[in-house]
Amino acid sequence: MLYAGINASGDLFNHLWQTVLPSYISNTLLLGIMVVVLTLVFGISSAALIVHTNIVAKNLLRWLLILPLAMPAYLVAYLYTDLFDYAGPVQRTLRHGFNWQSPNDYYFFDIRTLLGAAIIIALVLFPYVYMLTRTAFEQQDQNLLRAGRLLGLTEQQSFIKIALPLARPAIAVAASLVLMETLADFATVQYFAVNTLTTAIYDTWLGYGELASANALASILMLFILFAVVTEQRARAQKNHQSNRPDTEREIIQLSKAQQLLASSFCWFLAFAGFILPFALLIIMAIDYSNTEQLFKLLPTGMNSIKIALYTATLSTLIALVLGLYQRLSTDSWRDMPQKISGFGYAIPGTVLAMAMLATFGPIDHGLNYLAELWQFKQPGLILSGSIFAIIFALIVRFAAIANGTISSGLDQIPKSLDYAPTSLGAGLGKTLKQIHLPLLKPSILVAWLLVFVEAMKELPAVLLLRPFNFETLSTQVYQLISDEMLEQGALGAILIVLLGLLPIIWLNKEPKKHRQSTGFHKKHSFQQNKETL
Amino acid sequence: MFKKSILLTFIISMVITTNANAGEEVNVYSYRQPFLVKPLFDLFTKDTGIKVNVVFAKKGMAERLAREGKYSPADVLLTTDISRLIELHDRNLLQTFNSSIINKAVPNQYRAQDDTWFALTTRVRNIYSAKRLGHIDINYEDLADIKYKGRICTRSGKHPYNVALVASMIAEHGEAQTLIWLEKVKANLARKPQGSDRAQVQAIHQNFCDISLGNSYYFGKMLNDDKQKIWAEAVNINFPNQKNRGAHVNISGMALAKYSPNQENAKALMEFLVSKPAQQLYAETNMEYPVRVDVKPSALVASWGEFKADDLSLEAIAKHRKTALKLIDKAQFDL
Repeated sequence: MLYAGINASGDLFNHLWQTVLPSYISNTLLLGIMVVVLTLVFGISSAALIVHTNIVAKNLLRWLLILPLAMPAYLVAYLYTDLFDYAGPVQRTLRHGFNWQSPNDYYFFDIRTLLGAAIIIALVLFPYVYMLTRTAFEQQDQNLLRAGRLLGLTEQQSFIKIALPLARPAIAVAASLVLMETLADFATVQYFAVNTLTTAIYDTWLGYGELASANALASILMLFILFAVVTEQRARAQKNHQSNRPDTEREIIQLSKAQQLLASSFCWFLAFAGFILPFALLIIMAIDYSNTEQLFKLLPTGMNSIKIALYTATLSTLIALVLGLYQRLSTDSWRDMPQKISGFGYAIPGTVLAMAMLATFGPIDHGLNYLAELWQFKQPGLILSGSIFAIIFALIVRFAAIANGTISSGLDQIPKSLDYAPTSLGAGLGKTLKQIHLPLLKPSILVAWLLVFVEAMKELPAVLLLRPFNFETLSTQVYQLISDEMLEQGALGAILIVLLGLLPIIWLNKEPKKHRQSTGFHKKHSFQQNKETL
Repeated sequence: MFKKSILLTFIISMVITTNANAGEEVNVYSYRQPFLVKPLFDLFTKDTGIKVNVVFAKKGMAERLAREGKYSPADVLLTTDISRLIELHDRNLLQTFNSSIINKAVPNQYRAQDDTWFALTTRVRNIYSAKRLGHIDINYEDLADIKYKGRICTRSGKHPYNVALVASMIAEHGEAQTLIWLEKVKANLARKPQGSDRAQVQAIHQNFCDISLGNSYYFGKMLNDDKQKIWAEAVNINFPNQKNRGAHVNISGMALAKYSPNQENAKALMEFLVSKPAQQLYAETNMEYPVRVDVKPSALVASWGEFKADDLSLEAIAKHRKTALKLIDKAQFDL
């Protein structure tokens, strides 16, 4: 891609540079910064409140705060615009109530702005920060915090000086995921009429028909991310955080009544704005516009969605596990590379990635058909690029960053000493991995699987372009309806997307109780951790 | 257990993905929403027994077709805009269809000179105006008039429908004049370009603006929608430039893919879609103007009155498309 970019025609690039590109780039930077800052504020503070304080309804909030993840950002964008736009019910009621006639009579914030887009995206992406940070807080060695207290730090100080820095690898992984997802977003920013670099990529490719220039722009986008990620990795490269005793008793900060009220309204606001309100809107629409017959028609479509999400999640997690362990245990000086390279797929807009899949598997398919012809077999056709194989491959590339990030931050929590201790006692590598690393990693594996599953469920552009004939997923179905201003008819499908994304979350929440009595020490230990993770 | 279930799903997947192709069929790559054309395909299948397979995507379809090359399963392509047809043509992804039936049914103006594509329906780029303005006689040029300052709404300037309109302005007035026009229209906008054509009518209904650009068929579709009916009832539909060159017209069209594996079926589908009953149904369900002169538009569409269409050739519009895009960028229309 970079190569093609270098050969791009300079003319168009000049034209773009002189007209719209500077504003696109500044929009992209601002959007990225705003979303990352907002998600960090939302995610870290809610995680801290849940883990370290006695906030009310803790167990409920603890998983309510994950739910916004199941909401596709573009859907929330449509719903909130419908609600808060000039023509929406909120402003209509206000106009009616105060007898205002035109937009000049009063001030109301405009949701279709850069800030509006940043808030919407942050509301659905903050659970990344929340989940990973919370897991990190929960697995921290409490003795360190206690030591801090003994040395005279207050509860708040020991949190800021000890717990927060210890959670930094996890926070960094989450922030870079959020950044990449934001930069790759197209549907939300387009709906909000905010032009970013992604807009420019689509314009040059589909409008001007210059794939090479589009690639050049995509490369700029990648450089942004490369810069951000590398800077961050440099910054924490020297610091080694590992904890030995993840499951010691935690000290809980006692909040006053007023603090409790403030803290829980903050968490409830996040859960409400990111999930409860949009979901309720969808349900109201579905009740108004849908019937059971439509529901049955959607079932096969839902199966397609599940199928794709299932393979993608499972394969991504397995690959991430292999890469993570390789990076951890290999002595090869290039051991970091595969993991890092595979992480960048997340920042590539889905359509561009889909194109890359066609460019990769197209020639392979052509080769296969040529061979088949040569040996006089029946020609297989486009078995790779024309089937769901290409879709799943594209999604694995796209979401590898999520799986890798989660698994590697999980690995970082396992003390290095454990890599070698069993070997020194005569256990083989395989046995070490099976009995030590995998059980300890189980929470991370489950989180990785879950995150990828939910994301794959929501993914739209790559599936849209790569799918075979008559193959609909829930997201393609919903997209077709809402892009024609028929949000109401799409509501039912949207609800299914959200519910199917929720199922694994709920399932993982239930699972540990069932297993706890019947399993041995190791399982018990790790399942308890699962429960804490979710 | 977990691992076993993974393995199992995998095996099942491999079985599912190998799709058997049996029976007569025709494969469609569509830029159009499938549910808009489904009633037609159903009728076709009922008549001929040929199954119609559809894949829909707006972005990157031409790229996919090009990458698939001679193993592409696509037989016919459906588009909603002239520029996409020209793009397919220019990338050498089409073949001539050699059909006297199509040539007889579709007027010359709406067919490629080399018989590689043809129009199924036409649509006008109308100017919608608030009913409160009363009857107005308007030209596209008037959108630049200072009297509409802060009263015009439109979707993104870079949407293909608007790009085609700008291209037709270039054909009429030249580049320099068109840029000035674009800058003045931009200065008249009530808000940054956003949303769909329907959303602009909604904004007029809410007294947010007075004038908007929109395709003709949306008016009919909104009138037939429970929620959107009141939006449409707040506006008049105007056919611009009636006293001079005529209103700008775009097409939805069809083409035969270069490596079509089921050519006979493809041709049957193409000829079916220009037949009288199909054109009738298409016109009724989609509120567009049938391309056949001997088929009348739906009663609702006909009630908007006769109009004069710009007779500029579609190929000329397509020729100015890239320049139009550049001017739109230059005027910073969407910013």
